[in-house]
Amino acid sequence: MADITSNFLGIKSPNPYWLASAPPTDKKYNVLRAFEAGWGGVVWKTLGSQVKNVSSRYSAVDFNGGRVMGLNNIELISDRPLDINLKEIAECIKLFPDRAMVVSLMADNDRKSWHELIKKVEDTGAHGLELNFGCPHGMTERGMGAAVGQDPEIACMVVEWVMEAATIPVITKLTPNVHSVVPTGRSVVKAGSNGLSLINTIQSVTGIDLDTLVPNPYVAGKSVFGGYCGPAVKPIALKMLTTIAQDDLTRTVPISGIGGISTWKDAVEFMLLGASNVQVCTAAMKHGFRIIEDLCEGLNNWMDEKGYATLNDFIGKSVNTITHWEDLDINYHHVAKINQDKCIHCGLCYIACEDTSHQSIHLEYGKPYNTYTIKEEECVGCNLCKLVCPVDNCITMEEHRVSSEYVNWIEWQKRGLPLNDH
Amino acid sequence: MAISNHKLPPEQYDINFADIHPPYESKTAAQVDANHCLFCYDAPCTKSCPTHIDVPKFIKQIATDNIKGSAHTIFSSNIMGAGCSKVCPVEKLCEGACVYNLLDEPPIPIARLQRFATEKAMEQKWPLFTRKPSTGKKVAIVGAGPAGLSCAHILAREGVEVNIFEKEGKGGGLMTYGIAAYKVTPAFCQEEVDYILSIGGITIQYNRELGKDITVSELQTQYDAVYLAMGVGVARQLDIPGEELEGVEDAIRFIYDIRTKGYPAVPVGDKVTVIGMGMTAIDAATQARRLGAKEVTLVYRRTEAEKPCTDVELNIAKLDGCEIIWLAAPKEVIGENGKVTALRCSKMKLGEPDASGRRSPVDTGETFVLETDMVIKAAGQVPFESLIAAEKLANQKGRITTDEHGATNITGVFAGGDAVNGGKEVVDAVQAGKMGAQAILRFLRH
Repeated sequence: MADITSNFLGIKSPNPYWLASAPPTDKKYNVLRAFEAGWGGVVWKTLGSQVKNVSSRYSAVDFNGGRVMGLNNIELISDRPLDINLKEIAECIKLFPDRAMVVSLMADNDRKSWHELIKKVEDTGAHGLELNFGCPHGMTERGMGAAVGQDPEIACMVVEWVMEAATIPVITKLTPNVHSVVPTGRSVVKAGSNGLSLINTIQSVTGIDLDTLVPNPYVAGKSVFGGYCGPAVKPIALKMLTTIAQDDLTRTVPISGIGGISTWKDAVEFMLLGASNVQVCTAAMKHGFRIIEDLCEGLNNWMDEKGYATLNDFIGKSVNTITHWEDLDINYHHVAKINQDKCIHCGLCYIACEDTSHQSIHLEYGKPYNTYTIKEEECVGCNLCKLVCPVDNCITMEEHRVSSEYVNWIEWQKRGLPLNDH
Repeated sequence: MAISNHKLPPEQYDINFADIHPPYESKTAAQVDANHCLFCYDAPCTKSCPTHIDVPKFIKQIATDNIKGSAHTIFSSNIMGAGCSKVCPVEKLCEGACVYNLLDEPPIPIARLQRFATEKAMEQKWPLFTRKPSTGKKVAIVGAGPAGLSCAHILAREGVEVNIFEKEGKGGGLMTYGIAAYKVTPAFCQEEVDYILSIGGITIQYNRELGKDITVSELQTQYDAVYLAMGVGVARQLDIPGEELEGVEDAIRFIYDIRTKGYPAVPVGDKVTVIGMGMTAIDAATQARRLGAKEVTLVYRRTEAEKPCTDVELNIAKLDGCEIIWLAAPKEVIGENGKVTALRCSKMKLGEPDASGRRSPVDTGETFVLETDMVIKAAGQVPFESLIAAEKLANQKGRITTDEHGATNITGVFAGGDAVNGGKEVVDAVQAGKMGAQAILRFLRH
């Protein structure tokens, strides 16, 4: 059995799965249930200014019959009295001393407020702080949340205030509602943030009720942009994570990966791209805390299979495989191959290629089943047929290098090799 | 042992004749299955449907919440798409070709999804088709069954006035009169006919029979074209001794009675023997059981490999507790006091393949006797041979001869459905009606 214990900035947890700062972590009742289920840690829902929430709060995007491919919310930070939150945090730590307890913070925008809040939270015995510089709704209008994270200078200033008071590790959570997460990431690391976490939610409109013509979520005939999360945002989160994991400065601090993680595979992917641990929310909101079982078991089995004894053995291993386009090998070429024994004759590869790609699949009429074969000389190796094929390993991409030599775009131009030749 | 009606407590009939393929309880349930469909290109299911319904499209439309569009897609190809969703042997048509079969997975429940969309349309009375301005042309159709209605609907859409002559008191043909009640209820058949007629421009004159009340030549003088779709009628005679005994019944008549008289009123034996192994034989056997027969035995002269019904149908009979005797051909009906008491059968064996490609049954010379009080003949139907001949229609043993477009030897007279093919599925008749309508429209333009 692999060792899946995690150590993030000295904050230890029996596994690398923390529940992200969100509704599932806003009170003792939920957090204890999560710990009982086996979660490694929690980031307690953001404490800070006094707020008032509205009803309704969530809306979702469904896809092909599957529910909640993406979820958005317009809920604010914790709307419970600070004293109760602090008391419950302390109680949870006491009951589950082996779990990570990080508290998310978003104080009013002045040094004094931050210092006071940090002192109170540290008194609970919490192991770390996460600065919420990412909330995209409600708090931004008051100069908090994403309004801080979108401006590297303001973020830097707040982190400096925080570091003056904090005696436990500080993680800054980054907003994705920027053209690049790197400037703010660099700025807060310079200001002393001990770690980074990303991404927070993405501003969104999930859809419109076609009867009322009011977008979701509905609040008395109106709606607002909500923060988008769930499986739909994972690819965007992975890209942003990669930019942080590749930057000279930001990669020097541990990163907590967040954004649509629903399965152990998702978690492994975040870790391969540089996350030291991961935070989960939407998947738990959809299925409950019991998903932690497979998150751990799947990770463990994969590590055993691949021979990784600890998380550190594979964290960051894929970071350097994402390169610049001009470094890609132009002489690499592969073409699709259809395994006729596995083919179920659905024709999806054919119509995708014929209508929208390179007309590289031949259709031989049959009743009721057509036979589909690849025209190798026409295939550019785009992968589309393989992606739409409903049968595993029916379409494979076979390597047919143009030549064995590695030649990238820069070299290609230098040598005056042919362009626009397909 | 006796033939009698009211064998069961009244409430038992509704249970026994309840819908064998229940509909979806909700749109969500239908969409779960609809979303499972792969949306195949040049789909095997569509190719395997005699009416070429664009199955992936109508299923996708259920998934996207465009139920009206879905119903339109179905009805555009098959105006009896609602009835076909209940009676088609889909296991050898669309669902049998579903690519999921190749993954050894159950196919998409195409029929059930089709039922969902079409029943919604009928329930809501969606007017999915409109008539073009009148062309001033009039067409007479003989028979308000699937072929006749299908032909009529297309003609009506194209602005042709249609008059249908139907010998029965209701439309729908064998859909209404010849199919097991647990597949389609008489009430449903009435609704389906009404929905088809709701386009307007089609009138049905009931209780008007070709050869009795009207003739082809009369129709020709009054109409611009004639379409003959009167189906087939008479059950094939066994031509064995004792066939005239009381208790020997024609399956078509038996099923007709079940559908017209109400279940409790139909007499049934205690020990019923059904001769044949087609869909009608199964419908007769299962319904005999459901009417209260204690024992039902199906007798078939070939083996299971040659049977005309599908496995699904055979399983219905088996689950209903029907016995099956393979390789047995009726030789003599035995009676006492004019009533059936037993059936003597020849034991058969398989010989050389016949014209149908199936190995033909050969008499071994041995016989056995089956105790029975009711013999139901379901060994196929024969066409209205003398009627066809009297109308001077070119035919083959009563099956009207047409060209590939449905034109008969008489100019302006077209034919289709069972009257031409000798008896196939409802869906084949609907397709024949479509083809006939196209041929008539071409004819009317010239």
